[in-house]
Amino acid sequence: MAFNWFKYSSPQTFYPLAGRLVPFFAVLAAVLGAIGLYIGFFVAPTDFQQGEAYRIIFIHVPAAWMSMFIYLVMAAWAALGLILNTRLSSMMATALAPTGALMTFLALWTGALWGKPMWGTWWAWDARMTSELILLFLYIGFMALQASIDDPRRADKAGAILALVGAVNVPIIYFSVKWWNTLHQGASISVGRSPSMASTMLLGMLVMALAYWMYSIAVTLMRVRSIILERERNTQWVRDLPGAPA
Amino acid sequence: MNWGSLDQFLAMGGYATYVWGSYIVSVLVLAVEVVLLRRRHRTLRAGAGRSAQQPDTVA
Amino acid sequence: MWDAFVAVFARDVLQAWRRRADWLTSIFFFVIVVSLFPLGVGPEPALLRTMAPGIVWVAALLAAMLSLPRVFGSDYADGTLEQLVLTPHPLTVIVLAKVLAHWLLSGVPLALIAPVLALQFGLEGEPVGVLFVALLLGTPCLSLIGGVGAALTLGVRGGGVLIALLVLPLYIPVLIFGAGAVEATVAGTGAAGHLSLLAAGLLIAIVLAPWAIAAALRVALE
Repeated sequence: MAFNWFKYSSPQTFYPLAGRLVPFFAVLAAVLGAIGLYIGFFVAPTDFQQGEAYRIIFIHVPAAWMSMFIYLVMAAWAALGLILNTRLSSMMATALAPTGALMTFLALWTGALWGKPMWGTWWAWDARMTSELILLFLYIGFMALQASIDDPRRADKAGAILALVGAVNVPIIYFSVKWWNTLHQGASISVGRSPSMASTMLLGMLVMALAYWMYSIAVTLMRVRSIILERERNTQWVRDLPGAPA
Repeated sequence: MNWGSLDQFLAMGGYATYVWGSYIVSVLVLAVEVVLLRRRHRTLRAGAGRSAQQPDTVA
Repeated sequence: MWDAFVAVFARDVLQAWRRRADWLTSIFFFVIVVSLFPLGVGPEPALLRTMAPGIVWVAALLAAMLSLPRVFGSDYADGTLEQLVLTPHPLTVIVLAKVLAHWLLSGVPLALIAPVLALQFGLEGEPVGVLFVALLLGTPCLSLIGGVGAALTLGVRGGGVLIALLVLPLYIPVLIFGAGAVEATVAGTGAAGHLSLLAAGLLIAIVLAPWAIAAALRVALE
């Protein structure tokens, strides 16, 4: 409890701290990614139903998990920024959005490439895929709103309200899409659960998910550093930074 | 070990397009994100340094 | 508090009556969009009948969205909104009055016209009645959720297009349950489930949306 969290809630002290944390998370992401890929390609056996195509799972599921998780974390930071009026929390929310959108895109892309050989179609209006697409729209809306407001404080707060409304809506959207999907079962392809997985497959997936998680933290910290510099460029401490790239 | 040779590994049991299509795009997207962020940060730092050295000479 | 509600509501309705051409535009937009679909997909009656609920609902979503900038737009431009925020009355009540006025002027006309359009698509009898009820339950949700988007984009660059990006994804549950109610009636499985979910959604929106709208207005006026 000796660690003082509030000391690091000011952009000036957080900037160097984030700079020291980035390499740590980047190395973790790289090591975990290497282990995960090794397990995924060399340890996990060929699936008896899906052949080698199932190996997409090692990047598809982590991307899908992260896309949803990042939205929740983003909404939490946004709420914190709105309630406590801390600038850094709002900057974290802004920094998370592009990575979340990228994860959503990757989940959709790898899902399409997995769906084609397995179910014979790039896209099905399945509940999970449709929700993922809507999640991408929510991320884009959040970024578009923040990008079109010039005053950073207003952009933070407007974005926070939108993120919270979105977070309340996400479960409702998921439920409604699922309900809609069961009613139109005849028209859509039923995308079944993955067949029983060998434990090494599950392990590979979990390690890759951790790698994606560490990657997201590293990248978000990098982005928040840039955002801090942009927002604080007129302050003395930024002017005093050595100009050489750190 | 699942693969007898490099060719077998690259062929992915006939699913090469799909598997490598997923992996290559994922790696590219994540790498591009990192590169762009590094460049963004570097330009900002360079800008910060310049304004410190020559405060009011910029047009 | 009630007085403030009535006063704001009456004022908005009166202003809309003075500028009725504006509101008629979005209603005609609804009629035209719905009428474009047969020209695009062909006059096959069976096809049109299955597509009718979805087409009418998508057009209703777009029409409701088009009129959103007007909810707070003119009041924001002439400074009235600032006065309203400074009154001692709770902002949520004022917001609710304005949203109710928006619904009366955009949602109710859509619900009244939709049955006529449904006849064009070969829907008759019970499904038409369900479409009417579903629109009556669903359009207030659209006004409430849309109000959040309208408040967030006040005075923002490219507000008109931005509002579509923010609001349309949030409209999806209303679209699903609204169109689903009519489809279920056509299929003979009954619309009770869909309609009660729409009503539940409306209750949630009435409780939560005014807070979000009020917060967004405060942010916009800071």
